[in-house]
Amino acid sequence: MTYCLGQPELDGIEQILKADLIDVGVHCVFLIDMAGNIIASLDNGENQHDIYSLAALAAGNFGAVSTMAKIIGEEEFSLLFHKGQKESIHFSKVLSDFLLITIFGQEISLGFLRLKVAEAIEKIKDNLGPSLGV
Amino acid sequence: MAFVNLKNREVQVKIVYCGPGRGGKTTNLEYIYKKFHSRFKTEMVTIKTQGDRTIFFDFLPLGLGKIKGYDIKIQLYTVPGQVKYNATRKLVLRGVDGIVFVADSMAVRRKHNILSLKNLQENLATYNKSIFKIPLVFQYNKRDLASQGIPLLPISTLQKDLNSKLKAPALEASALEGKNVAETLKRIILLTVASLERELK
Ligand SMILES: Nc1nc2c(ncn2[C@@H]2O[C@H](COP(=O)(O)OP(=O)(O)OP(=O)(O)O)[C@@H](O)[C@H]2O)c(=O)[nH]1
Ligand SMILES: [Mg+2]
Repeated sequence: MTYCLGQPELDGIEQILKADLIDVGVHCVFLIDMAGNIIASLDNGENQHDIYSLAALAAGNFGAVSTMAKIIGEEEFSLLFHKGQKESIHFSKVLSDFLLITIFGQEISLGFLRLKVAEAIEKIKDNLGPSLGV
Repeated sequence: MAFVNLKNREVQVKIVYCGPGRGGKTTNLEYIYKKFHSRFKTEMVTIKTQGDRTIFFDFLPLGLGKIKGYDIKIQLYTVPGQVKYNATRKLVLRGVDGIVFVADSMAVRRKHNILSLKNLQENLATYNKSIFKIPLVFQYNKRDLASQGIPLLPISTLQKDLNSKLKAPALEASALEGKNVAETLKRIILLTVASLERELK
């Protein structure tokens, strides 16, 4: 089940991630699929991480948490978030097969971040949807 | 679920090492990492229990250079082989593009190999994938133990037990000594990339 995304879609996605997330203070954001492939990644130029490892671990972690939810009879957990001293990480599902991961500092609140992430996801769906036939 | 990025002309491919517990999957990745990490500048991620057994997965990304104008990025994973870790094993198989089945050549592990292959087939089926269609390479590992007088399964037995219907390429190897580790990887990469090319045509 191979899928392709072209320049217009990927440019569109990157623009959304930049305007809605990086420009409001998110340190680092990436869109991955559930296999751990990286579709787009952006950072603010100051906080860089090993995104390949992060993507593999994030996909695994999300899968593990989803399976735990099912075992206890939940459809899914609505908030997936790990809080650190300096940086925190937030996961959000996009359509059924993708994950948006944001890494952010203490400058922005979780509430604000969730709002911006939700807005970005709505727009990303319009870019991803047609190419994937969903 | 390979991803083709037409903008950067990059293809991301997921290859998973499967097989029974203690068969040598992690040892394969460790050897590849040791041998190539200075060239590829990548880090290996492992999630292990105390006793060195894989509990979730090992992960090693490799940039392979270009094939037909596309940058090929290979993501190598191992699953936990122990029977009890099926939930996490299944997660790692999500979106897999190619499989190396590392079989343990020790005679005492014969049944473990067969059960592990059957479990792989079942897990793939939950993702609507057929073990007959996915790119697959067998590696008959630990052949070095013969020199220590440890009873090994003859290759013909391994072939009959595991590969009589699948008819996939099979290599004898010693992951510990690095024998045929790179060759196994090369075979599965070539098979997987060829299969992607067919799919994209
Ligand atoms: N003699 C010999 N020992 C090997 C070889 N490959 C692996 N081993 C040993 O077998 C043991 C298990 O190897 P691992 O690579 O951890 O096995 P695994 O398949 O990752 O096991 P799980 O993580 O439990 O699924 C280790 O002690 C290795 O050193 C080999 O080719 N020859
Ligand atoms: Mg292991």
